[in-house]
Amino acid sequence: MRDTKRAERIAFALLFAATIVVITPVMIIFILILIRGLPALTPEFVFGMPREGMRAGGIFPAIVGTIYLALGTAVFSIPFGILAAVYLNEYAGRNPLTRLIELAIINLAGVPSIVYGLFGLSLFVAFLGFGSSLLAGSLTLAIMTLPVIITATREALSAVPKSFREVSFSLGASRWQTVRYVVLPNAIPGILTGTILGMSRAAGETAPILFTVAAFYLPRLPQSISDQAMVLPYHIYVLSTQVPNVSEKIQYGTVLVLVLMVFVLNIVASYIRSRFRKKKTW
Amino acid sequence: MVAKIKVDKLTVRFEGVVAVKDLSLTVESNEILGVIGPANSGKTSFLKTLNRLNELFPSSRISGQVLLDDADIFRQVEIQELRRRVGIVFAMPLPLPLSIFDNIAYGPRLHGIKNKAKLVEIVEQSLRAAAIWDEVKDRLDSLAFKLSGGQQQRLCIARTLAVQPEVILYDEPCSGLDPISTLKVEDAMRQLKQQYTQILVTNNVKQAARVSDRTAFFLMGDMIEIDETARLFTTPKDKRTEDYITGRFG
Repeated sequence: MRDTKRAERIAFALLFAATIVVITPVMIIFILILIRGLPALTPEFVFGMPREGMRAGGIFPAIVGTIYLALGTAVFSIPFGILAAVYLNEYAGRNPLTRLIELAIINLAGVPSIVYGLFGLSLFVAFLGFGSSLLAGSLTLAIMTLPVIITATREALSAVPKSFREVSFSLGASRWQTVRYVVLPNAIPGILTGTILGMSRAAGETAPILFTVAAFYLPRLPQSISDQAMVLPYHIYVLSTQVPNVSEKIQYGTVLVLVLMVFVLNIVASYIRSRFRKKKTW
Repeated sequence: MVAKIKVDKLTVRFEGVVAVKDLSLTVESNEILGVIGPANSGKTSFLKTLNRLNELFPSSRISGQVLLDDADIFRQVEIQELRRRVGIVFAMPLPLPLSIFDNIAYGPRLHGIKNKAKLVEIVEQSLRAAAIWDEVKDRLDSLAFKLSGGQQQRLCIARTLAVQPEVILYDEPCSGLDPISTLKVEDAMRQLKQQYTQILVTNNVKQAARVSDRTAFFLMGDMIEIDETARLFTTPKDKRTEDYITGRFG
């Protein structure tokens, strides 16, 4: 009896310690960024143009560029990702071809992001002649995000009970009617959550945008999809390695803005998820 | 008596395993045909062949012929039309995650009825026919999941009725219900007799005796015997039927 109690105590201590070890670095990073970056967050910094070779002024073009790029990525990846997932989950039979496609998707999710960057450079920038532009960058990020969206969507679709589909078919519904009226409405929250998380990952990527859209220094807002743009992750890279004598305040401030943007997306995603859990009736 | 469904030499396999073996039988118009037998006797596989729901399982293989009003259901009847004409009530109550009203209106909407007044009328008629109207008429907008198990199952019957089927299949419809709910479902079935042909697969031998006009006994994919319910239960021809209905096995 005493042994069980001691084992219980040791297990608890170990598990708790492991949890602390895991969250400590994250907390330290976040607190550090917050403390050092917060003083930089003035209206002039957030809504101003960079000046003096990025050593002063604001980061507004980079913020706008990041938002445009995330939106562009969403436009290209969400429709195709969701439609492909619906096809794979609801229409395609189990055969060697679909299994090959599934394997390809899993592997695409594991490809290093610099490879996507080089792929975007050769296909969109060079071969298709889009040049370094929001269009090329969005397409590159979209391709990188697709596996995430497809996987998340398929999980959401699979979570809808089979019996709902059977009921729908038994009442004479076609496959599309079943997908449209029973499966999708019940999978939407899961799809949204996965999609937003995919976007937040894309917004923080540096390697894929390096050669496809990012501008080193461009103190104006992008005017069209064929414009280059400043983007936060690349801007951080530039500030910390390419430009001498940038004040720490500006560096941390820029990092804080990017972290907050990603953070907001993640909070929205978990809000949707928890709201849906409460409303969920099956 | 007019034959509604004619089954001829029907064999159903799942992943090569025979579920129904060389089955031939006729279902008369407006009768309630009871199908009894132990687990794995092929009752449900037989039932789900009649509206081609078995085909949702890619591993199913079906041979033989099934005629609905003399039309071959595999070749001459369009599959969605077949499923509208041959409705099914599943073993567990399976409401969709919608309101009571929308559950009933789901089928009619699929088949193109959009007029709100028409839908209201169909919903009321269907719920009345399934003997549940009085219990739910004041809360048609609340979620179907909030109903009790027995109410949900009658809701499912109403949902099946809403697409105006000709045949209703029941797959052990009372297996999850208490005795009083069971009686209500059975009452609903009796009232539906004038309009519909009904096939009742049940694990409950007494239920078949109470409700059905004729009863078929299935065992390991074979139909052992089919007869008037009274005769099958009093003077079964086959020893195995007798053993089963008297509770000696199964």
